[in-house]
Amino acid sequence: MSNEKMTSTQMPERVFGARTPEEQEKARVEIENRTSMLHAVGKPIRKKDAMQLLLGQAKYTNDLVPQDCLTVKLLRSPHANAFVEEIDTSAAMKVKGIEAIFTWEDVGQDGQRYTQAGQTYPEFSPYDRLVLDRHVRFAGDPVAIIAGEDEKTCMKAMRLIKVKYKVMEAVLDFTKALDNPVIVHPEENWLPMVQVCGDARRNLVSHEEFSEGDIDAVLDDCDVVVDRTYRTQACQQAMMETFRTFCTIDQFGRLDITSSTQIVFHVRRIVSNALHIPQRMIRVRKPRIGGGFGAKQTAISEVYPAFVTWMTKKPSMLNFTREESLTASSPRHQMQMHVRIGAMKDGLIRGIDLYTLSNTGAYGEHGPTTVGLSGHKSISLYGSAEAYRFVDDVVYTNHMSSGAYRGYGATQGIFAVESAVNELAQELGVDPVWLREKNMVREGQRMASYYGEATESCALDRCLSDVKRRIGWEENAPVKDLGNGKILAYGIGMSMQGSGISGVDVGSARIKLEDDGYYTLTVGSADMGTGSDTTLAQVAAEVLDCSPDRIVVFEADTDISPYDSGSYASSTAYVTGKAVEKAARQLRELILEKASQMLGQNVNELYFDGNKVYGEGKNSISLEQIGYGTQVSNNLALEVTETNSSPTSPPPFMVGAVELEIDKATGETKVRRYVSAVDCGTPLNSNLAKVQAEGGILQGIGMALTESITYNDRGKPIENSLMQYRIPTRQDIGHIEVELVSSYEERGPFGAKSIGEVVINTPGPAIQEAIYQATGKRFYELPITPEQICMAFKEKGAQKHE
Amino acid sequence: MEIQMKLNGKPVSGHVADDTSLLTFVRDQGCLSVKCGCETSCCGLCTVFLDDVPVLSCSVPAARAQGRNVTTLEGLREEAYDFAGFIADQGADQCGFCNPGTVMNAIALFRENPDPTEEEVREYLAGNLCRCSGYEGQQRGIMRFLEWRKSQ
Repeated sequence: MSNEKMTSTQMPERVFGARTPEEQEKARVEIENRTSMLHAVGKPIRKKDAMQLLLGQAKYTNDLVPQDCLTVKLLRSPHANAFVEEIDTSAAMKVKGIEAIFTWEDVGQDGQRYTQAGQTYPEFSPYDRLVLDRHVRFAGDPVAIIAGEDEKTCMKAMRLIKVKYKVMEAVLDFTKALDNPVIVHPEENWLPMVQVCGDARRNLVSHEEFSEGDIDAVLDDCDVVVDRTYRTQACQQAMMETFRTFCTIDQFGRLDITSSTQIVFHVRRIVSNALHIPQRMIRVRKPRIGGGFGAKQTAISEVYPAFVTWMTKKPSMLNFTREESLTASSPRHQMQMHVRIGAMKDGLIRGIDLYTLSNTGAYGEHGPTTVGLSGHKSISLYGSAEAYRFVDDVVYTNHMSSGAYRGYGATQGIFAVESAVNELAQELGVDPVWLREKNMVREGQRMASYYGEATESCALDRCLSDVKRRIGWEENAPVKDLGNGKILAYGIGMSMQGSGISGVDVGSARIKLEDDGYYTLTVGSADMGTGSDTTLAQVAAEVLDCSPDRIVVFEADTDISPYDSGSYASSTAYVTGKAVEKAARQLRELILEKASQMLGQNVNELYFDGNKVYGEGKNSISLEQIGYGTQVSNNLALEVTETNSSPTSPPPFMVGAVELEIDKATGETKVRRYVSAVDCGTPLNSNLAKVQAEGGILQGIGMALTESITYNDRGKPIENSLMQYRIPTRQDIGHIEVELVSSYEERGPFGAKSIGEVVINTPGPAIQEAIYQATGKRFYELPITPEQICMAFKEKGAQKHE
Repeated sequence: MEIQMKLNGKPVSGHVADDTSLLTFVRDQGCLSVKCGCETSCCGLCTVFLDDVPVLSCSVPAARAQGRNVTTLEGLREEAYDFAGFIADQGADQCGFCNPGTVMNAIALFRENPDPTEEEVREYLAGNLCRCSGYEGQQRGIMRFLEWRKSQ
């Protein structure tokens, strides 16, 4: 980088930190003026499928299963690292109603491996799986696929399968995985599709280094350096609908897969790779999805029934139990982050150094990519830093494979960096809000640690001002003793994410005028509850000057939809939304062209108001007439397919602050208020954006206080039901208060950026800080449980008495 | 064994095993609004009424419903309609998978206690998990529905 050679005096002046209150107000007014004329975008309309969902009429995978469908169950390894020496299915096959049982003997062990990660080809995740592998690598790895007439039959057969395992030592501590004598993937056919410095012989999936400036020199020169190590545990997405898939053979002999997935196109390729059959023989579609949060960005359940149906040519279904969903799925990567952050006495943050170690588990799904966000989306929050370094390693262990979960690594990195900034404020003896105001990234600034992209739209300073005012930071923070054995403590954190993967993600839209003047919009993105079918219709309606009711949306069927990478990486609103805008604009042109033919007037003389096209004088034609006009003696298709990628990934921003009630006697915590402000650019639907934020915040609170995946000493996951894996109930939370504080992103549809992921990142650092303020003890690992807090109060009390 | 019951007001009968759950039975009868989320009576998705009392159908043997009245959301759509609209107006329906169970239990609450406080709502519906909404939008919808109903 040329900048590295420049001395500080030659560097262009960097403008960072919060704008003045006057500048912030001016920006607010400008944006309001730009968006106040929108008639469809931003409006809090109901989701198109809302009443069907609420009245139980919407169909999910399990509601569509055909008659006489085989049930598929998986026999899973009880051992974390073992070799299947012998497997005898003869007794199991005699169970009445059993159709087939497949073992490693039915799967070529030397064939090309595949990854279940839903990513653009060539995937960054290594090809390290077989449908059934003789070498099982986590307690839960499938050993046999059983297909029978019903569940009971399959379970009976499962108990009769005799397996002789050679149990081997397992790698269960990810800090000891690198260069461990136990190798998780010793096989010859381990195949990285993209070179990311991985070396399976070292249990290393990937290694990366990024830097700008001389970080060591800068930190040496700082007055204060906070040097801490943080850890976050693996967490489950715990969407209410578990992983579910059914497969049939269609009229052309192809494999027809219906699945609860965010990524129909990637599933087509994954199943093709897994079964070694051509993609043209596979169709993948999704009905309604009962939540995903990234879990369904990995093909967790698809491959097994696909294998059964392809082999037997009979319909089959696989419904993961909740236990399977909690123990053999795709949780958040466990990470350990070593942060060094340096500042001057006046509060200027000059450098951030981060090393992240990530545990991908037994397989590399999303390993090399999630880890990057832990640095790019945490360090970049601080525009003042003149130097940074970010280094990461991703390692294999014998835990279940990790995957994509809302936040995708940013959640972990932001917990570390934002917690360190809170601690830095303490070391400097300054207010953590003031410290952020002084150092935060500002609109227009280049972010060295964010691929050198600039923040073209950023209302982070306005978010901070807004949260500071609403939570009453100056009056309340940091801590208040309520005098009844309870303490109210406050903490704050900032967050950013991306909007799609820059230069990679593709969104497409096909829009068509139908005969009585309505439109059909076909996309390949996946509404998993977010309401994207509705928000995309709002974008089209905005362009076409009509009500979103006039837009019928059809989504995610590989045979029908135009290509879309899928709904992940916060891409749908920004990437697919822009494709919808582009397609609708072109359709407007075509409507005018057709009207011009029908009215016999030049296109330049025409005007379309959404209902009618007007020409000179009283000459006009209705959209309905134009629609029917496409069906009579017509040579002009009123149908457009547009596709869109973005060279940048504009970050949405957020600030969150917690008012945490803590019981001094028991250590029990309850979030009384969570006050937040989110900059998602122009919200496409203010209701849906708000609910996305509320839901994401509560997931973040769960991660901070109760949720964690732990393993016993033999590598078996412990939390195997929702009784042990504790997601928050409505009694665990006071109020989550969300305001949308908009910037305007020029590249997005009508100024929109993403909302889905950025919202999960602030509770970790905010709650960690509040607990410190109450107990005087800093916790460097999530979750922070009542037991730990109770002990911290005891220690504090003991210190006082000494 | 053969069992008979009234399902959404209509007499139905069927053959069930000793361990067939009421959840499986009503889904086999076409009541697909009833979802399974956890198999361990933790999530509230499979809520149905057994003689007008909300139960978790994943944990009730179908045989227990012998001769009794079972109601699913399919049989309560009219009663649920206005309430559902208030949740829809918040955008709190989200993925929808928990909605039928939550709507069922909310109806049970409103029948039992027509004017619940916010705390009473949270307590009654505590067993209805939702992973999308953070409960805040649901809670707003419920309280606004109650206000609206009072004003009727």
